[in-house]
Amino acid sequence: MAELNAHIPEGELTDKWTKLRSSMPLVNPANKRSIEIIVVGSGLAGASAAATLAEMGYKVKCFCFQDSPRRAHSIAAQGGINAAKNYQNDGDSTYRLFYDTIKGGDYRAREANVHRLAEVSANIIDQCVAQGVPLAREYGGLLDNRSFGGTQVQRTFYAAGQTGQQLLLGAYSALERQVGMGKVEMFTRHEMLEVVVVEGKARGIIARNLLTGELERHSGHAVLLCSGGYGNVFYLSTNAMGSNVTAAWKAHKKGAFFGNPCYTQIHPTCIPVSGDHQSKLTLMSESLRNDGRIWVPKKKDDPRKASEIPEDERDYYLERRYPAFGNLVPRDVASRAAKERCDAGYGVGNSKLAVYLDFKANTERYGRIEASKHNIHNPDKETCMRLGREVIKEKYGNLFDMYAQITGEDPYELPMRIYPAVHYTMGGLWVDYNLMTTVPGLYALGEANFSDHGANRLGASALMQGLADGYFVIPYTIGAYLSKELATKPIPQDHPAFVEAEASAKGILDKFLSIKGTKSVDHFHKKLGKIMWEKCGMARNEKGLKEGIAEIQQLRKEFWSDLRVPGTADEMNPELEKAGRVADFIELGELMCMDALNRNESCGGHFREEYQTEEGEALRDDENYAYVAAWEYKGDVTFELHKEELKFENIKVAQRSYK
Amino acid sequence: MSTGNMNLTLKIWRQKNNKAKGGLVDYKISEVSPDMSFLEMFDVLNEDLVAKGEEPVVFDHDCREGICGACSMFINGRPHGPKEGITTCQLHMRSFKDGDTIVVEPWRAKAFPVIKDLMVDRTAFDRIIASGGFISVNTGNAQDANNLPIPKVQADSAFEAAACIGCGACVATCKNASAMLFVSAKISQLAQLPQGQPERYRRVQSMVAQMDAEGFGNCTNTGACEAECPKGISLENIARMNRDFYSAKFVSEESI
Amino acid sequence: MASFGNAFSSSIGKKLIMGITGLFLISFLVVHCFINSLIIVNDGGLTFNMGAHFMGTNWIIRAMEVVLFAGLLAHIIQGFRLVFQNRAARPERYAVNNGAANSKWYSRSMGLLGTLLLIFLIVHISKFWVMSRFTGIPTVDANGNHDLFAVMVETFKNPWLVLLYVVAMVSLAYHLLHGFSSAFQTLGWNHKKYTPLIKGFGFWFSIIIPLLFALMPVVMYLGYIN
Repeated sequence: MAELNAHIPEGELTDKWTKLRSSMPLVNPANKRSIEIIVVGSGLAGASAAATLAEMGYKVKCFCFQDSPRRAHSIAAQGGINAAKNYQNDGDSTYRLFYDTIKGGDYRAREANVHRLAEVSANIIDQCVAQGVPLAREYGGLLDNRSFGGTQVQRTFYAAGQTGQQLLLGAYSALERQVGMGKVEMFTRHEMLEVVVVEGKARGIIARNLLTGELERHSGHAVLLCSGGYGNVFYLSTNAMGSNVTAAWKAHKKGAFFGNPCYTQIHPTCIPVSGDHQSKLTLMSESLRNDGRIWVPKKKDDPRKASEIPEDERDYYLERRYPAFGNLVPRDVASRAAKERCDAGYGVGNSKLAVYLDFKANTERYGRIEASKHNIHNPDKETCMRLGREVIKEKYGNLFDMYAQITGEDPYELPMRIYPAVHYTMGGLWVDYNLMTTVPGLYALGEANFSDHGANRLGASALMQGLADGYFVIPYTIGAYLSKELATKPIPQDHPAFVEAEASAKGILDKFLSIKGTKSVDHFHKKLGKIMWEKCGMARNEKGLKEGIAEIQQLRKEFWSDLRVPGTADEMNPELEKAGRVADFIELGELMCMDALNRNESCGGHFREEYQTEEGEALRDDENYAYVAAWEYKGDVTFELHKEELKFENIKVAQRSYK
Repeated sequence: MSTGNMNLTLKIWRQKNNKAKGGLVDYKISEVSPDMSFLEMFDVLNEDLVAKGEEPVVFDHDCREGICGACSMFINGRPHGPKEGITTCQLHMRSFKDGDTIVVEPWRAKAFPVIKDLMVDRTAFDRIIASGGFISVNTGNAQDANNLPIPKVQADSAFEAAACIGCGACVATCKNASAMLFVSAKISQLAQLPQGQPERYRRVQSMVAQMDAEGFGNCTNTGACEAECPKGISLENIARMNRDFYSAKFVSEESI
Repeated sequence: MASFGNAFSSSIGKKLIMGITGLFLISFLVVHCFINSLIIVNDGGLTFNMGAHFMGTNWIIRAMEVVLFAGLLAHIIQGFRLVFQNRAARPERYAVNNGAANSKWYSRSMGLLGTLLLIFLIVHISKFWVMSRFTGIPTVDANGNHDLFAVMVETFKNPWLVLLYVVAMVSLAYHLLHGFSSAFQTLGWNHKKYTPLIKGFGFWFSIIIPLLFALMPVVMYLGYIN
């Protein structure tokens, strides 16, 4: 099995990428035409990679399970994208973005990767603007910025509350341009079910045509997995219903190590669960924390309405506990604080599992500014609120509408009720500096890999990473591998490895249909989600994790003996698709618990109750756990741990403080 | 399972596949909670169907927060149902009353053939974008983003056009199954930005040609698309597209 | 025409033809309405017949008549083509379609309204235009002009014809309510500042012109003008 070598280039941190990029072996244009690359997933990472590689001259095949690449879940990102442009002249720099990201990730990310990310961040904005992405602008015509959690500068670029949509549509249009030119072949409504490994190298995939149920063999010189994160292991998350781990998990079972599976980001500002029927949770952008103040009543189990609770009986607990960052602390900190308050009995709403996000103070403040712009002196409170409301509407209108639609409450009048929800997974396939997994020729990009966010991702960094990987990293680093593959002829699809992979995929599908049990796929998915949320959620402990592992193993047995999937395998059959995804989630869930159990420390999105400071903050153990946990699949749902030591040569590792 | 107290009759279009003949089938559903989304109500129905050994209703959906554009149900004669400015996934059962009968059909257009039940094929939209809905800039060639100041009003207007989610409600509701609102939104977004100028007149010609080739109907300005668009895309975009089309055909010397 | 490519055969081109011919027909309505309104002078049709004489003999008007018929024909043929093409774009209809929720009935019924107008036009043209151009008007008035006015008076003694005219003018009003502003939209003349003006003007135009037309047979039938 492959050695765990991150292939980090030698030299000064600031020169590593520049030097590597300029010394990377190249593939000449004539050769590129005969090299095929398979891209699985069409979100920010997949679409940008597919488009860019096709522009460079490679033959690209791109796959997505949705009906169009434009529907990938990157589209739902609301708040923004970070870039070290320093347009606001507030002291931002590549180094500061690098530093904030490492610190935000609780010192569990690779320095070299993160620095590269910070370096290319500025190019991303340039690229997107050139594509016609309508980012927000000021009256002077220049780009606008806002702040996001975990930073003290304004470096977040945005397009109202639809930044992900606009960036994805930019990448999508670049992709469709290549499709139109015949340089990318697009396979929509196709789901990857197997990676084909020939003589130790990734040489293709088995994909199921979801329309006909047909299993198809696709060969290539390299395979890029850009299939997103696995938050849906919790059943309820802010992910799309179709978001799944299957591509990454199949790759894992074919030899790709899985990095830090337990690092899960719980987003602090989501709309609380309303009932058993709930199928997903909806995020309210972190940008709302710029203008919303988070509070709970000072009195336990306070039955009063928010409006009836006077100012001095409100506990603005984030401002109280973290005066320097206040409501803008990183997500993990804000989420834990909300859980702590609710667990202690200060929660609000019917479920008592919610805190208030209140815009009143800032609405009034904006109103006062507007009033003075309109030459209204000494405006009364009503005027201020009316004018301020317009400002708030302009900034967050779509989010407020969404909230009103889902909850039936008017957030302009009442404070929003919010609660943390699973949002992003920092873990993923282990990749080296070149984004290659432990299987040669198999790459992982975007949220599907584990690389840049450490134990906690800062807001507005996911879009940055997805696009960095796709536009600016893989196009260079893949050359190092492909330049050695020039002699490789097109991969024959009747190779035994293809036959075997296809048979294996077919075997699993047939198995699902033949169980003919009594319970639906969703039944098992919900059960898994409940176990994961309770035992491996926002707070974990040894006992719970051990219980969780046992419960998941039991659930797996039930799944494979009592599952009911209607219909057949040779037609459009969403239940069958879900069955495959949930089968993989169940196995992944077990690994996540194992990883969380192994990591005897608290860091970022991984909080072990046994390891906390007296104030209840995460307590890291840098001596023993400053490593990436990379798990190798050993067959039959068993795993072996490998460690990649993290070396911090440019940043002094310290306890993370936002006070 | 569910906690509500609404009882509803659903008349849902069932169609085995593209070749088969479809028809409306009645389903009773009870204990619907007003806090459920419309699609969650379908989840409950499907759970029941699976439990009874029947085939669940197939429909497109993904993000369930109104942005991916996948969901596409024609509910009681309107795309995305009775409320304005939202998609089906954002529609909640509190918009209905106990005892209601709800008719759910797929988007209907020659260019959107039914795949199964409520699921239709909207790849025509992708082909229209592939025909010109982009700015031809390869990765890595961009100048600094702030070298190109764009007046806020113009940028905002481009953004409003760019907010289209490609769901196809405009086509579904148009009496002519015309795709003009969708096509004009992309043309209009890029036509209002300086980056989009070099290809402006090529783009409008090739995108309109592709739209016509896909078999969409012709616009007769009824305005239904604008009224039903979940993202409020304006008819102004169609006028702007028309202007650009005339300029391209009658002023520009380049023919496509 | 090859250099214009699909300018006219494309979906936008077809709209353009409808819009331009529509606006042209609207301009004709103004002229027609003005001439006909001369009956309100109530001088036994002398003024009106003078106007009709001018229209029938002025060579510019006669030339424009050819253009008018060409435009009318184009508008009708293109209109029918659009109706059929648009129906074909949705081979399977909805079981339930609540069009009223998002658009005006007359906007969705331009084909039907247009067909009613076409039927009316056949009657109207055969009654007046064929006679004045080909079969000849039997009498002359005091000024020696052909007495078209007398033909009108005679024609509108028939209540069924009066009813047909009134129904047709109602159809025309609705046809215009959509068509007037729609033509501007098609031509791309959509502007935050001007569109409300166009819509307002179009609304009143669509009411006043058909109303004036409809009043003529009515007042003649009732004997207010003779």
